[in-house]
Amino acid sequence: MELTGAEIVVSCLRDEGVKHLFGYPGGAVLNIYDEIYKQTAFKHILVRHEQAAVHAADAYARATGQVGVAIVTSGPGATNAVTGIATAYMDSIPMVVISGQVPTPAIGQDAFQEVDMVGITRPCVKHNFLVRDVRDLAATIKKAFYIAATGRPGPVVVDIPKDVTQHRCHYDYPLSVSMRSYNPTSKGHSGQIKKAAQMLLEAKRPMIYTGGGVVLGNAAAQVIELVRLLGYPTTSTLMGLGGYPSPDPLFLGMLGMHGTIEANMAMQHCDVLLAVGARFDDRVIGNPKHFAKEARRIIHIDVDPSSISKRVRVDVPIVGDVAQVLDEVIKLLHADATQPDTQSLQAWWAQIELWRAQDCLKYDRTAAVIKPQFVIEKLYEVTQGDAYVTSDVGQHQMWAAQYYQFDKPRRWINSGGLGTMGFGLPAAMGVQLAFPDAMVACVTGEGSIQMNIQELSTCKEWNLPLKVILLNNGYLGMVRQWQEFFYEERYAESYMNSLPDFVKLAEAYGHVGITIDKPEDVEPALRDAFGKYKDRLVFLNFLTDPRENVFPMIPAGKGLSEMILL
Amino acid sequence: MRHIISLLMENESGALSRVAGLFSARAYNIESLTVAPTEDATLSRMTIVTRGSTDVIEQITKQLNKLIDVVKVQDLTDGSHIEREMMLVKVRAVGDQREEMKRLTDIFRGRILDVSDKTYTIELTGPGSKLDAFLAAVDPSNILETVRTGASGIGRGDRIMKI
Ligand SMILES: Cc1cc2nc3c(=O)[nH]c(=O)nc-3n(C[C@H](O)[C@H](O)[C@H](O)COP(=O)(O)OP(=O)(O)OC[C@H]3O[C@@H](n4cnc5c(N)ncnc54)[C@H](O)[C@@H]3O)c2cc1C
Ligand SMILES: Cc1ncc(C[n+]2csc(CCOP(=O)(O)OP(=O)(O)O)c2C)c(N)n1
Ligand SMILES: [Mg+2]
Repeated sequence: MELTGAEIVVSCLRDEGVKHLFGYPGGAVLNIYDEIYKQTAFKHILVRHEQAAVHAADAYARATGQVGVAIVTSGPGATNAVTGIATAYMDSIPMVVISGQVPTPAIGQDAFQEVDMVGITRPCVKHNFLVRDVRDLAATIKKAFYIAATGRPGPVVVDIPKDVTQHRCHYDYPLSVSMRSYNPTSKGHSGQIKKAAQMLLEAKRPMIYTGGGVVLGNAAAQVIELVRLLGYPTTSTLMGLGGYPSPDPLFLGMLGMHGTIEANMAMQHCDVLLAVGARFDDRVIGNPKHFAKEARRIIHIDVDPSSISKRVRVDVPIVGDVAQVLDEVIKLLHADATQPDTQSLQAWWAQIELWRAQDCLKYDRTAAVIKPQFVIEKLYEVTQGDAYVTSDVGQHQMWAAQYYQFDKPRRWINSGGLGTMGFGLPAAMGVQLAFPDAMVACVTGEGSIQMNIQELSTCKEWNLPLKVILLNNGYLGMVRQWQEFFYEERYAESYMNSLPDFVKLAEAYGHVGITIDKPEDVEPALRDAFGKYKDRLVFLNFLTDPRENVFPMIPAGKGLSEMILL
Repeated sequence: MRHIISLLMENESGALSRVAGLFSARAYNIESLTVAPTEDATLSRMTIVTRGSTDVIEQITKQLNKLIDVVKVQDLTDGSHIEREMMLVKVRAVGDQREEMKRLTDIFRGRILDVSDKTYTIELTGPGSKLDAFLAAVDPSNILETVRTGASGIGRGDRIMKI
């Protein structure tokens, strides 16, 4: 049977198993919306700004592991989506974004609401397509999902001119894709894997450094098995948190700019480093020259060859899928009679415990004002570590990462690579829609939340009972912190004067709003939010210490052992 | 170091801008880039001349390979190869110069394609250094216009890049 392009788009999404589509209509996609109206296979979630549609789809993907899907109209709809696309790209999130385009004869004519979407998004997508012929539509959408989800995941844009949504052709959703130009490697090189296993067993001061690839590649079980088998100290990047259970004693906490002393020092001073799905980001190792001062051998497992030896030379590169490669490594370790050098290992752990004993995450627990760290600790207790925590960008993000002890993957959902303020609330929506019964908390700042606050309206429409945990310090705190440390306390434009009354604002959108200004009220408020108001969106406005800073901190351009401590 | 990279990519619209965009976005140096369809019309062949340290060249080849439309990448500098560039150059040719320009063209195995009262238009093919040498041999005030294609490269002997 012949279908219109619009019918084909909707059929493809249905056949791809999509359950939630996040979007916003407009002229170029009206034909598609008309078909969305007629179908029941998936729900369409109408956001209040296209950026939020993309963040919600992105977080949906982060929480579920499935490809997130968003749809926007041409022109301003498309440009509004760009921040969301770049956010997903930097964190390697599988996503398909469908954008409307002006009709093919109008392309290039500066037509109404025309932008070169393929051109604008080229540097921030894994791939993109402009579909010029309805006969290519189904195969292109299939490819888009395939490319988004395989290898190193990433967002794919499919730009569809309006006339293509009207044209008709036979519909057949392809069952599989084969592309001569795209064949990601998943199985690691067996010789390299052997070398890696050997090197791990020879280590005197080993260190395991895990990243977002462990979460993206669903390899938490393998990481846990490997770490427990070897008894080696383990750290994680911001993006890998939850890949290895944080409360475990073998875990040294997050590393990097705001990482713990023990993680950063062990990273700097280890003799064998196993990097797993982590990309030696500048926020992680700081200055690569400083990092290279200490001699160590590095094994690096990553599905993307371009992540390997990009910022740091490695000795044993292994291109492949984390889970598959670690399975092989573990097999070899079981078969090998060599035991790790217990004596050296003990000495190494003794050293690490000395670093750990400095208790770098301590903070003033006696203060009369609410400490932001305390709110996160209480959030962890009240939710028993079982919530999905999304966050925005700033100090609150770092405190959430440091003090919520993530022990499962896909629970910590934040924008690491792009650092997009405004991500948190739409992200929480995406997660809550994926898991209606789960506890979902959006940890945010008064600066960030205002970047997509309009989504409180979407939350009302869908009755999403997520909790907004606003750590309201009255400052663009992360900016303020840098100005305090590096700009002699000249606080240029980091004070958010004339903040709205967040309680009234929450109420205006039909939600529950509570302001908390005393430490003793923190826990009861959280209990109410997750108890009494379980089924409501609760906006918790915690007035926190405006001068609190995130520690430890490695100043930009410095090395891992050059931390500023409290 | 100077590297000459060959690549085969799907002959799709926008393919060239993906490569050009990659080089500018990642601040890679690009000395020349040539592209045209191959005998298989679904494929384009590109030759890129670039400069960079070993680490940078490694990243360039990895990043090129990562482009979804790229089918194959080869750093020709890794083995022996042939590299050719074509130049059209218009020179002033009046009086004695006419004979002298003709001689110079012959020495460089060039061809005079077009003649006017005052000018010759010469075609020259060879490695870039030969074209440079020709230009160096002509008094700069007599060079009226030049156009160069940028290098095309191919491996020597049995070194074949095909899919
Ligand atoms: C305010 C702020 C402060 C920050 N401070 C810190 C900090 O202190 N510490 C910190 O760590 N980060 C920090 N970040 C985050 C930082 O910017 C980076 O986003 C983050 O460090 C990158 O994490 P990653 O190395 O795990 O890489 P990711 O971006 O998560 O990349 C994942 C890697 O895994 C690979 N991969 C994906 N799937 C697979 C698979 N199946 N198999 C194998 N490999 C795979 C990918 O190719 C990629 O190389 C901060 C961000 C912000 C906004
Ligand atoms: C869209 C965007 N604009 C600017 C920044 C730069 N920036 C990073 S953190 C920050 C301050 C965030 O303030 P707030 O949300 O109140 O969080 P806090 O640091 O106070 O916890 C800013 C402006 C950014 N990351 N994203
Ligand atoms: Mg703030």
